[in-house]
Amino acid sequence: MTETTRPVLDIRNLRVEYPLANGDTLVAVKDIDLTIRPGEIHALVGESGAGKTTVGNALMGLLQAPGKIAAGSIVIAGKEINLRTGRTEGIVPGRDVGAIFQDPMTSLNPLFTVESQLCEGMLTHLKLSSREAKARALELMKAVGIPEPERRLGSYPHQLSGGQRQRVVIATALACNPQLIVADEPTTALDVSVQAQILKLIRDLADQRGVGVLLVTHNMGVVAEIADRVTIMQNGAVVESGPTREVLTAPKAPYARTLIAAVPPIDTRLERLPVPSEETKVTLDARATVRRKSAKSETGSRDEVVLSVRDLAVEYGGRGLLRKTSVFKAVKGVSFDVRRGEIFGLVGESGCGKTTVANTIAGLVTQSAGSIDFEGTALGGRREKSIRQSLQMVFQDPYSALNPRLRINAAIAEPILFYKLASNADEARRDAKTLLEAVGLPADAGARFAHAFSGGQRQRIAIARALGPRPSLLICDEPTSALDVSVQAQLLNLLKDLRDLAGLSMLFISHDLAVIRQMCDRVAVMKAGEIVELADTETLFTAPKHEYTRELLRLAPSVERIMGRELASA
Amino acid sequence: MATQSLMRRLPPVSVVIASLVLVVMLVLVIFAPLIAPMDPRDVASYSLMDMEIPPAFMEGGDSRFLLGTDNQGRDLVSVILFGLRISVVIGLGAVVFAAVLGVVLGLVAGFFGGVVDSIVMRIADIFVSFPTILVALLISGIARAQLSAEMMLAWAPLVLIFSIAINEWVQYARTVRASTMVEIARDYVRAAKVIGLPSTRIMGRHILPNILSSVMVIATINLAGAILTEATLSFLGAGMPPTYPSLGTLIRIGNQFLFSGLWWIAVMPATVLVILVLAVNVIGDYLRDHFNPKLMAR
Repeated sequence: MTETTRPVLDIRNLRVEYPLANGDTLVAVKDIDLTIRPGEIHALVGESGAGKTTVGNALMGLLQAPGKIAAGSIVIAGKEINLRTGRTEGIVPGRDVGAIFQDPMTSLNPLFTVESQLCEGMLTHLKLSSREAKARALELMKAVGIPEPERRLGSYPHQLSGGQRQRVVIATALACNPQLIVADEPTTALDVSVQAQILKLIRDLADQRGVGVLLVTHNMGVVAEIADRVTIMQNGAVVESGPTREVLTAPKAPYARTLIAAVPPIDTRLERLPVPSEETKVTLDARATVRRKSAKSETGSRDEVVLSVRDLAVEYGGRGLLRKTSVFKAVKGVSFDVRRGEIFGLVGESGCGKTTVANTIAGLVTQSAGSIDFEGTALGGRREKSIRQSLQMVFQDPYSALNPRLRINAAIAEPILFYKLASNADEARRDAKTLLEAVGLPADAGARFAHAFSGGQRQRIAIARALGPRPSLLICDEPTSALDVSVQAQLLNLLKDLRDLAGLSMLFISHDLAVIRQMCDRVAVMKAGEIVELADTETLFTAPKHEYTRELLRLAPSVERIMGRELASA
Repeated sequence: MATQSLMRRLPPVSVVIASLVLVVMLVLVIFAPLIAPMDPRDVASYSLMDMEIPPAFMEGGDSRFLLGTDNQGRDLVSVILFGLRISVVIGLGAVVFAAVLGVVLGLVAGFFGGVVDSIVMRIADIFVSFPTILVALLISGIARAQLSAEMMLAWAPLVLIFSIAINEWVQYARTVRASTMVEIARDYVRAAKVIGLPSTRIMGRHILPNILSSVMVIATINLAGAILTEATLSFLGAGMPPTYPSLGTLIRIGNQFLFSGLWWIAVMPATVLVILVLAVNVIGDYLRDHFNPKLMAR
């Protein structure tokens, strides 16, 4: 990998534009330069809308009309792209440039076997015979580490796990010996343990086959784990670019510094994440009002148990009207307590049953066994109005959590009026306004509809709505996993502030260990429907007892751990 | 560029024309008693002396009767206007009746699921397994046998509305049920449940407004169907009586004279019916494309 090696990708002054309906032009990518040498992994990071995916699409000729390359040059393996057509003479996407997309669930065609999808590219691009193609497919399956490759070739995508599917996608990308692979968020949809394996696979491919990789991601941990160089983008422009360690440990540009600081660290617990605070006087006043109004829940000591879950079990299926269906045990005997004013974390990989636990406590799912005691009342079946009022929830996807046909004011005022916490509609609207201010939104936000807001703002609105009925327990189901890191940091700070309001207890569910460490007082680690370890957050992170916890902590990509290790070894 | 973006927002020319035609027809229908030269329901206002006069633009035409007269001497313009009125009222009535019934049952089935869903949808399956025309013929036959002639005159439109709607509601119920099932899985409905709102309120205030666009599309497309079904029933003699004719009844009357040279008695109301149904269909298709959730941005 010397300086004289011809780069596999050389982008100069690339500019991508989208003409808008009103005659303006949206510049998605502004004059970026990027070079990737053989065997190099170059990460392109930035928040949503930064233009990082657009760069990947531009060099693959996948720009959606009317988007077009307005200026600059893209040279792939020494061949220049034709700006007018967006394609490169002599470069065939799929043969010379391989692609790995984000969602392994949808990037394979469900109607064809793994073998036919793997061989398709080889048959058309490399003109191999079907026997040769099959032999090569088998070789690729072995190379990407799929167990029982002969049998798996005949499988359909739905018969494979998410990690195996992503391996097949990578095998497809490799099929025609490309010199360059564009990997767009290749591990975002995967669990940490699978993510670690896939990242190692990509690193090995770059090292052993000399493939250049453009890695588009928003995850700084992933960047730290495998990238050689990193380019940080903001609003379509490059903010900072350089060797990974240099950029991550000593960022120069202010935006790069904020972005890196907003990543919650897994190794230490910070009082607040270092992002610009939105605490104006209006916000503080509004919070004081909220605190005064919800004075009732301040009774009771801090150690009092608010929620007590004992041997909770939840099963899905089993009872059809006319036929028996198979039973799936989502939760198998889970027990924990949540104390007043505490943030209790539930962490685990996808499918471990943590969301089912939340849904059961919220009353969206009925338990098949076990008990849930909330403020001294056993929950199950029909719930008292006062119980439902005290137990509120914030959901994962801010884009579907708000009714698109309701104005924000109406959405927030609805539960306030329903629980008669305001005597008339005017008072409810004033309360809604106060709540909006308390979560850091302007009071006039209430007159608009949900679509006028960004994901982070919508999540704030959802929080305001959940606070309306003055709950004593707030269930947060992955409240920040759909958001950018800087927005996530602001929301985590907000949730911490709100907890201090009136001794609100929280059940906080996340798959992200770093977020859990920042937020929670105590944590339970779930695996396959069971709690494997329950401890104080600090104890759990510094001295994990269970093997699974240790594995999760070891595999979670973390900037400071990797960088720290490198610094120590240097 | 500004005009271009304006053009993009405007619907295609065919839809504009169809809307204009529909508006004109609605105005004619609403003000029919004021516009029509005579009242076809009033036996005293026409005379057998004027029977079978060809349209005014033909040889032997009479300037009093723009489109000619029928076999009883009634002015065709007037009969068509009143006939159009009846057709539109029955069509709209059937659509509204079917939509309300279908939306309510579909919402309940989709929201509660399980046994409720099974019962409602099996009933729907039974209803839809009989052809609309057959059921309508049956119902109007029973009504005819049970009601006296005068009562039948007053009740005929209601009987028609009922017999058409009783089959059409299934379509609404099925679509609304499917849309409801999609919506209840979304977080805003789950949030409403966690907030503790009662089911009726969640259905009415949260789910219904979000699925209404698909209901509107079916309603428009069904309106054309309902008008045609009414015309078919009246043409078969199971619908509106000749003394109070809808467009279908007029075509039936005209059909008897079609080959004796008096073509206008059948062709004139038939043309109006075709234009009406075509206009409604064009708008219905446009709405269906326009509200297609796959084309709509989130």
